[in-house]
Amino acid sequence: MRTTKQREIEPSLAAPIWRRRHILDLDDFTGEEIELVLETADAMKEVLSRDIKKVPTLRGKTVVTLFYEPSTRTRVSFEQAAKNLSADVINLGASGSSAEKGESLIDTVRTLQALGADALVMRHYHAGAPYLAARHLDVSVINGGDGCHAHPTQGLLDLYTIREHLGTVAGAKVVIIGDITHSRVARSNIWGLSKMGAKVVLSAPPTLLPPGLGAPHFPKIVLEQNLDRAVEGADVIMPLRLQLERQKRGLLPSLREYIRFYQLDARRLAKAKPNALVLHPGPMNEGVEITPEVAHGAQSVIEEQVTNGVAVRMALLYLLLGGAQ
Amino acid sequence: MTALLIAGGRIIDPSQGIDAVSDLVIADGRIARLGPANKPLPYKRYSVLHAEGMIVSPGFIDLHCHLREPGFEDKETIATGTRAAARGGFTTICCMPNTEPPIDTRATVEFIQKKAATDGVVQVRPIGCITKGRRGQEMVEMGELAEAGVVALSDDGNPVTDPRLMRYALEYSRLFGLLLIDHCEDVSLSEGGVMNEGWVSTRLGLKGIPASAEEVAVARDLALAEMTGGRLHIAHVSTAGSVALIRSAKERGNAITAEVTPHHLTMTEERVIGQGWDSTKAAPLPLSCYDTNAKVNPPLRTARDVEALITGLKDGVIDAIATDHAPHTDVDKMCEFGIAAFGISGLETALSSLLALVHSGKIDLMTLISKLTSEPARVLGKGEMGTLKTGAPADITIFDPQAEWIVDPAAFASKGKNTPLAGQTLKGKVMATIVGGGLVYKDESIKVEMREGSS
Amino acid sequence: MPEKVILDEEEIRRALTRIAHEIVERNHGCDGLVFVGMHTRGVPLAKRIAAEIKEFEHSEIPIGILDISLYRDDLNSLGLQPLLRPTNIPTDIAGKSVIVVDDVLYTGRSIRAAMDAVIDFGRPQSIQLAVLVDRGHRELPIRADYVGKNIPTSRDEEVVVRLKETDGRDEVAIIKK
Repeated sequence: MRTTKQREIEPSLAAPIWRRRHILDLDDFTGEEIELVLETADAMKEVLSRDIKKVPTLRGKTVVTLFYEPSTRTRVSFEQAAKNLSADVINLGASGSSAEKGESLIDTVRTLQALGADALVMRHYHAGAPYLAARHLDVSVINGGDGCHAHPTQGLLDLYTIREHLGTVAGAKVVIIGDITHSRVARSNIWGLSKMGAKVVLSAPPTLLPPGLGAPHFPKIVLEQNLDRAVEGADVIMPLRLQLERQKRGLLPSLREYIRFYQLDARRLAKAKPNALVLHPGPMNEGVEITPEVAHGAQSVIEEQVTNGVAVRMALLYLLLGGAQ
Repeated sequence: MTALLIAGGRIIDPSQGIDAVSDLVIADGRIARLGPANKPLPYKRYSVLHAEGMIVSPGFIDLHCHLREPGFEDKETIATGTRAAARGGFTTICCMPNTEPPIDTRATVEFIQKKAATDGVVQVRPIGCITKGRRGQEMVEMGELAEAGVVALSDDGNPVTDPRLMRYALEYSRLFGLLLIDHCEDVSLSEGGVMNEGWVSTRLGLKGIPASAEEVAVARDLALAEMTGGRLHIAHVSTAGSVALIRSAKERGNAITAEVTPHHLTMTEERVIGQGWDSTKAAPLPLSCYDTNAKVNPPLRTARDVEALITGLKDGVIDAIATDHAPHTDVDKMCEFGIAAFGISGLETALSSLLALVHSGKIDLMTLISKLTSEPARVLGKGEMGTLKTGAPADITIFDPQAEWIVDPAAFASKGKNTPLAGQTLKGKVMATIVGGGLVYKDESIKVEMREGSS
Repeated sequence: MPEKVILDEEEIRRALTRIAHEIVERNHGCDGLVFVGMHTRGVPLAKRIAAEIKEFEHSEIPIGILDISLYRDDLNSLGLQPLLRPTNIPTDIAGKSVIVVDDVLYTGRSIRAAMDAVIDFGRPQSIQLAVLVDRGHRELPIRADYVGKNIPTSRDEEVVVRLKETDGRDEVAIIKK
C-alpha cells in the first residue's frame, strides 16, 4: 500500500492502472485497481466530511439508475454519490422483468443511451443482465446487483471498511455466514477479499452452500460448517441476510434451528479476535442471522458501511466518468 | 426414367457394412446399383454427380426435431425446417408434437403430412403426443394416431410426470407396437434451473439443473419399461449417470433405445461462459458471458459426462444421434439468460460438429454414420430406411469430411439463428442431399453434368 | 531538451523570506491567517513560508493542503482522471484570510478551481494568492498578491520548479519544449 507521503509527492494519472469501461464483477479487478478505488474513496470520504458535501467534478454528466429489482438503500447510495459529484441523476424502476413490460432489456438500455445517459447503474433480478446491457452499449455500465451473481460495489465498500479499521486486508481472516447460494454479496466479497490476500472462510448449512466450492475451481475458499469453530480468531465476521422464504422453500427445517446453529450472537462474537469487525450488507433481519446486541454493538461497523458505500460509489463514478470517454 | 450416377465417392453404408470407393446409381427414386460403373449406363440420358474425395452415405435420419408448425411459425415452418434439414444432410426428420395445436389428433397429423408434401423438401414423419394436449393427464387415442401414421409418441418439451400414467401408456402402446419417447426430467428437482448445476452455475450465480433431475426420471422409466415390456426410447441423454443406468437396463436384456444430441457430445457447461473458455486459467468472466445460445434443456454438462456419452455411443448403450433442433426467434433468445428460451438450432451444423469427434480419433466414421442412419432406422423399426441396399428409396447424403467452413447463422435456411457455434470454423461439410432420387440440396462447388447413355 | 536555471537555491530562499514578510505586513500581523498549499509543490512552499513567519513573528499559522482534481474544468481534455490526493483543511476558514500557495501561476485555471474549493469549505474573509513564479499568459482574470519572481515565458516553454522536499534540490528552470 502506498504511503501518504508517496501520494503527496507523485502526481500521476490513473491511466496505467484503470482501463475499464464497466464495473460488472470484482473478478476482473487487479489488486492495483482495487487499491486505486480505495484510495480514491479516501479522497471522496474527505468530501463527505465537509459542510458542503459537493464537488463540481461530474457536472453535466447524467447517471441513470435502472433498478428492475427494487432497492432503496443501494439506489439512494448511488444517487447520493452521483449528486455529490454534481452529476444529474435519473431514477428508473421497473416492476417485474422487461419481458413483462414488453420492451426488451436491450431496447430499454439503448433508449437510455440515446437519451444522453453517460453511465447506467443497473440492478436486475437475472444474473448476467448487466453483461447483456454492456454488450449493446457504448456508455459505462455499473452492476448494482444481478441475481445471485455479483454486487461489486458492495464488495468494494466492504473492503474499504475493513481496510479502514485493520489497515490492510491482507492476511485477515474473514468469515462469511449464511445463505451463500443466493448471495451476490458473498460472491463479490469472495473475489475481492481473495484478490487482496484475505483468508475467506464460509460457514453455512449444506443446503445453503452452492456446489463446486473449494478445489479445483475455487481453491482459496475454506468451508467450516461449525460456526463456533469458524469464528475462532476471526478478524471480520459478515453474517448474510437470511431470506425468510428459504425456510418455506424447504432448505431449512425452521428459523429456530438456523438461529441455534448460525446466528451471530455475543457469545460467538467473543470467540473472534477482540477487535473483530462485524459487517452486514443490509438490510438486517435482527434476531435471525444477527442479534440486535451485536448489530448495534461496539464492534459493528454496519453504519459505516453505508457511509463508505457513498464514498466508494463516488470513487467509481469519478474513475469511470471523470476523464474523457 | 430419371437416373443419377454418383461417381467416385467413398461409399459408407453401415447397414451393409460397406466402406469402399465406388459408384452409386439411382433410378426412379430408388437405389439401382452400387458398384463401379465402367461403361455407360443403360439409360437414354442420366445425370452424373462427381463425388470424388467425398463420402456417400445413406441419408441421415433425425429422430428428434422441432418444426414449430403449426402454431409457432415465427420460429420455423415445415418449409424452412426441411430446407435446414436438407442443408444438414437429413433426408428424414421426425418432428416433435409440441406445436399449437399439439399433434394429438389425426387432423393435426394429416395437416403436417399435407404441409410436408407441399412445402417440405425432405421426408417428414410426425411424432404424436403421449397425452392429450401434452397435459400429462390422459392418454391420446394411440390407435388413431398410429393409423394416421405417426412413427412414435412423445410429450417432449415435457416429461410424463405421472409414473402411473407412464406405466399405462407403456402398456397400452404395446397394442400398436408404438415407440414411446420420453423427455426424462424430474421437474421438482429441475425447477427454476437454467443450466447444469455445478461449479459454473455457482460462478455465474444461476440456478442449476442437477444431473440427478434426469437420472431419477431415467431410472423410473427404465423400471416401468422393464415391468411393462413397452418400447421405450430415452430422448437427449445428457449425463454419465443416465448412460450407466441405460447400460445396466440393456445388460438385463431390456429393449430400450436412447439418443444423444451433437451438442451434448461436443460441448460442456463452460460454453455458457463463452467460446473457447479455458477453465484451467482463473480468468474473469468475459463480456460475452451468459451466452443464451448455449442455453438448452437438458443443459450442457461436464467433460466427464461428455466422455461417458461418447463411450456410451460407441458401446451401443446409446443407439442414435438426434439433433433436437430447436429454433427460436431473436426476441426469445436475445434477452436475460434467466428468461431466454431453451434450445439450439442444430440441423445445419450437426454433421460438421460431429466430425470433430472423428478428426480427433474419438469415434470412427462408420460408427458415426451408423448412428445417423441405420441405427435410427432400427429404433423406428423401419429397416427400409437408412440404407443403400438395392431397391431402397434413394435418400442419400454426400459430404466432404475435410472442407472447412465458418458457421454463419444469417445464412441458415432455418429461421432459428440460435447456435453456440456462430463464427466457429468447422471441418466437414454436407455437399449434397438427395431425397427420393431428387437433389434437394447442393453446395455450389458440386458439379452435375448430363451424359448420354446406352439405351 | 536544453534547460536554463533561472532561480537557484539562494534566490528561492530570499524570495520566500520576502514573501513571508510581505504577507505579515499587508495583513497587519498573523491573526486570522490560514495557508492552503496546492498539491504538489504548493504544500512544501506553504510550510516553508509558515516556518519563516514563525521565526520572526513567533506565531503558528495553520496549514491546509488542497487537491483541486475534483474542481478542474479540463478533465475531459486530459483524457484520463488524475489520481486523487488528500485534501485536508484543519481549521474552520469562515471569516479567515486564506492564503493559497502554489509554485507556478500560469493560465489561472488551477487558482480558479482552488478558489471554488476553498469557498466550498466555508466563507473566508478574503483569499490571497502567493506563488513562487508568475510566468504570464493568463486565460482568466486572476492575479497573485505575492510573487517570488516574474518570469516572462513563451508558450512553447515549460517552467519546472524543483524543491528539496519533492525533488531533492531547490531550483527553478525553463525548458524549451
